[in-house]
Amino acid sequence: MKGFVTIDNQKVEINGERNLLEMIRKTGIDLPTFCYHSELSIYGACRLCVVETDKGQVISSCSTPPANGMVIKTNTSRLMRIRKMMLELLLANHDRNCTTCPKSGKCKLQELSNRFGIDEIRFPTAERNRPIDKSSISVIRNENKCILCGDCVRTCAEIQGIGAIDFANRGARTRVMSAFDRGLGETECINCGQCVAVCPTGALTTPSQVDLIWDALRDPEMHVVISVAPAVRVAIGEEFDYPPGAIETGKMVAAIRKLGFNEVFDTCYAADVTTWEETAEFVKRLQNKENLPHFTSCCPAWIKACETLYPEKIKNLSTCRSPQAIEGSMLVHHYVEEKKMDREKLFVVSVMPCVAKKFEARRPELSRNGHPDVDAVITTSELAKMIKAAGIVFNELSEESFDIPYGFSTGAAVIYGMTGGVATAVVREVRYLLTGERTSDLETEPVEGFPGLMRSSVTLPDGTIVKLGIVSGMANVQKVINAIDSKELEFDIVEVMACPGGCVGGGGQPIPNESVQRAKRRKGIITDDIRKDLRVAHDNVLVGELYNRWLKTPNSEIAHEYLHTHYQKRPRDYEITKTKN
Amino acid sequence: MTAICSMVELVEKSKLYSHALSKQTLRISVCAGTGCIANGSKLVYEKFLETVKDNKDFVDIHMLTEESVSEGKTVVRTGCRGFCSKGPLVHIDPLNVLYTHVKPEDVQEIYDAALDGKIIERLVYHDPITNEAYPNAEESPFYKNQTSNILLHCGKINPESIKEYIADQGYFAISKVLTEMTPEQVNNIVSASGLRGRGGGGFPTGTKWNFARVQKADKKYIVCNGDEGDPGAFMNRSVLEGDPHRVVEGMMIAGYAIGADEGVFYVRAEYPLAIERLKIAIREAEENGLLGKNILGSGFNFKLSIREGAGAFVCGEETALLASVEGKRGIPRPRPPFPAVSGLYGKPTVINNVETLANLPRIILNGPEWFRSFGTEKSPGTKTFALTGKVRNTGLVEIPMGTTLRQLVFDIGGGIPNGKKFKAVQIGGPSGGCLPDSMLDNPLDYDSLQKAGAMIGSGGIVVMDEDNCIVEVAKFFMTFIQAESCGKCVACREGTKQMLYIMEKIVNDQATLEDLKLLEEIAHVIQDASLCALGKTAANPILSTLRYFRSEYLAHIVDHQCPAGVCNAFKKYQINPDLCKGCGACAKKCPVNAISGTIKSPFTIDSSICIRCGTCKDTCRFGAIEVR
Repeated sequence: MKGFVTIDNQKVEINGERNLLEMIRKTGIDLPTFCYHSELSIYGACRLCVVETDKGQVISSCSTPPANGMVIKTNTSRLMRIRKMMLELLLANHDRNCTTCPKSGKCKLQELSNRFGIDEIRFPTAERNRPIDKSSISVIRNENKCILCGDCVRTCAEIQGIGAIDFANRGARTRVMSAFDRGLGETECINCGQCVAVCPTGALTTPSQVDLIWDALRDPEMHVVISVAPAVRVAIGEEFDYPPGAIETGKMVAAIRKLGFNEVFDTCYAADVTTWEETAEFVKRLQNKENLPHFTSCCPAWIKACETLYPEKIKNLSTCRSPQAIEGSMLVHHYVEEKKMDREKLFVVSVMPCVAKKFEARRPELSRNGHPDVDAVITTSELAKMIKAAGIVFNELSEESFDIPYGFSTGAAVIYGMTGGVATAVVREVRYLLTGERTSDLETEPVEGFPGLMRSSVTLPDGTIVKLGIVSGMANVQKVINAIDSKELEFDIVEVMACPGGCVGGGGQPIPNESVQRAKRRKGIITDDIRKDLRVAHDNVLVGELYNRWLKTPNSEIAHEYLHTHYQKRPRDYEITKTKN
Repeated sequence: MTAICSMVELVEKSKLYSHALSKQTLRISVCAGTGCIANGSKLVYEKFLETVKDNKDFVDIHMLTEESVSEGKTVVRTGCRGFCSKGPLVHIDPLNVLYTHVKPEDVQEIYDAALDGKIIERLVYHDPITNEAYPNAEESPFYKNQTSNILLHCGKINPESIKEYIADQGYFAISKVLTEMTPEQVNNIVSASGLRGRGGGGFPTGTKWNFARVQKADKKYIVCNGDEGDPGAFMNRSVLEGDPHRVVEGMMIAGYAIGADEGVFYVRAEYPLAIERLKIAIREAEENGLLGKNILGSGFNFKLSIREGAGAFVCGEETALLASVEGKRGIPRPRPPFPAVSGLYGKPTVINNVETLANLPRIILNGPEWFRSFGTEKSPGTKTFALTGKVRNTGLVEIPMGTTLRQLVFDIGGGIPNGKKFKAVQIGGPSGGCLPDSMLDNPLDYDSLQKAGAMIGSGGIVVMDEDNCIVEVAKFFMTFIQAESCGKCVACREGTKQMLYIMEKIVNDQATLEDLKLLEEIAHVIQDASLCALGKTAANPILSTLRYFRSEYLAHIVDHQCPAGVCNAFKKYQINPDLCKGCGACAKKCPVNAISGTIKSPFTIDSSICIRCGTCKDTCRFGAIEVR
């Protein structure tokens, strides 16, 4: 469509925009919405983005494609009356205990009611006393705060292809519900937290383990260590008014130290270990031509999805633990030995861009004598909250460095924070091991018909061509797996990340957490990688040390015992016979 | 049964069947529309079968074949004849007499009289006012003032026999279309006829088709909207039950015109008889080669299937309907894209109402000018209405567009019974509005009704008299709409809830003028802001009653009175001391102990305690309890 749309008397050229809302926002007017997300299907339910045409019609701009000659106004008194009324109606049906809401200050409903000056609700407040669903370790659902915008439902179904939640009932009795109204923790939910990231209110949040950490920090007997995932450093700044993608590693470490942690480690160290282990495992599989394609196993949401939806693919998963799990295992098995410390006096915290990591940390196979290796997992946003709670002025901090040895890493570890990173790290490692060459970049190309998939191939010295697939977003992943099964696609190794864009877009990242932010964070990760002197995992001498002192060689018996794991088939929703009541 | 392979064969068959029918020396038609079935026509029909079983002259029309065309007598079940308040109805041909309120015990008498060519005076329709007898019901005011185009066959032919449909030029229109016309020509004829969608919106059918026809796609669909959900409406049901083949033929014509080779009937599951008869019709059409591949040797392929609705009113909205057909939650989606571009399974789709489709065969056969000879210039043709409520002759009627409300209510409907005064008509169902007596001379057509704040809707008309409280009626419709809102958009989901809440306050004597102001504000906002037509029209019952009956709202709010004496909250129970014998029976029964007094002297009711349950009034043997 070519031509012009007149928006508030201003002629605006149509330039590939899919709907009027995109055009209006281009003119600098931030028309509010709850249910519009550029990556989701059009829903048209919140009625906030309404505009008035020159014919006096009121239409929703999100669902109307621009057409040449259209004349619209965005802020007539009729429209303002509609927007205010919509907000008032939503607020009447909303649990308005805002001061104690985990989303307070970041709630879209709160923000808009402020913006529109809603100072009175003329309607009786609906009694909604639905129990809060705390059955999941990754996501809390408080229906009393739900405004039924459907963002979570569409994200779960369209972006992740899971559909753990959907609408039930109709009219004023409409609810968002999981299958058979089970607790989210008892469903096929993969804990990715993408629903939490899109929820405009406090209806979907993540359970906080922050209090556990404060208790540990205040216990003089306790040695509290923390490990920070790569994707956190390029996003934490957003909580302190830095732009997305700003690399705030130094200030972040300084702030964490100020909080009272005894040692501040970098999960990137563990990621380098992962690269050593996984490369060895993959090369062996490649040589034996067994269990190919090899699927990466760093993403806990993908792991649960694989266990639930593709149990037959469990054998293709790398048995290598994720960097978080390796870090935990290393600390509670090796670090305590070296420090001659009682495990019970060590408190291990990890900061993740992810809420599924909370679930991962509670997997029984990742514990020692019933005590999980990682004691508490917090998200990027939760770390920021701790920093704010302590009154630390983040912006004024001087930069500090991670503690050695577990704070040292190569660029090949930093890139674990984005889609393609693990695959790139493994390729760098394989090339180095087989040719002694240090290459940095993996040339990838998109695959037509498969959004979210990139492919590449590497020729090894013996002439073997290794085919790589890199895919993120669970809906995209499912398409790729189906295509592998039907032989439409062929890979030797597939890197899988459940969240679009990988960990930079994880469910624990600051909001907004959309494609714009993800792209900028990705840039930050790439910059951080380039800045590093060492960009091949094998060059991490401190990892080499760890092998010398403890693990011997990659995939050794001891490495298998402490750095590898196993998986289990999980039932589908319809296979679970247990019902509520 | 051999398939009909060409137009020539179809015409031959038609001649054969109509000849067979003309040879019938006695035809007893028992109305088996839903209204008559509810009144017991099934028993009447069974009794007839039992009565005639030993008479060898009686044949089943189904049994008629080329060889056995002979004189015969028959008993058939038909679809709705329309005069539902007088059911069960039995019609005798060739005497042309209609019997009303027929009971199984009348059957023998009717049978004997019919064989003798006599008429039973007591069973024929009598005008309630003049007491004049109408053996030929067609001459009674109820039928005389109607025009039958859509309902032409309803109540006359056996809806479960394709032969009776074919006998009266059935499938001649599709045959003409397939042999003589291009899809564009068909489209042009329908456009020229001025036919507008009978589902309520009144969108020109030809224009709608054109959008879909010009789309280039490997697959297109035609969908029949039979999700008639308005309370009190049963026009579509009657057409499907009484003349299913006409709708099947309409689907084929529409399918051919837009380039669809597949049609889907979406019929609400609450219409089991309509679904059953439609199934028979589709099966019979398939067996006769009128559905399937290469129909009538024209190369046109067309198949039909039925989807049953699951009982949601909103599924009458076309995008919600399509979602429901696809097996998804029946919720509307924003348009564009319009179904004509991206409809069922993403393919270009036209959704037409049952009655719109039923109009098509005759428009094709008789031409657009014929169609335009009925109705008004902008709303040509006839329209069926379901006339219910406080009116003498309730039932299914068909009148030319532009007929006035007065003609409908008083001439056809026979006016208000029990000497009561006309108060209002609710027209267009929950999305329509209430019109007062000052609007009685308003013509019934799309545009004038919309101007008056109501709409034709699918054609449900509820007549109200002075005993109806207009606020209570508006509340009823609001309750309906609120329960049927799909819950998707904020405006409708939350807005209707708050509107209903205020309406409840008004009828419970708890509302203030502030509430009334707020009610109007929400009404206008949800009219503007809702996602679909259900939400956009949800406020109509309230806005139209406020427009014409504001004083009645004010009576409730300001004067604390319900003028019609309907709303409980305003009733005051009192004991007339002159009539009270002081027995104390009422005080014993009162569930809240609001009645006190001394035995043998008049008791009193404390109205601050009284919950107006009416138990005392039912208990008192002396009529001493008065309600004001």
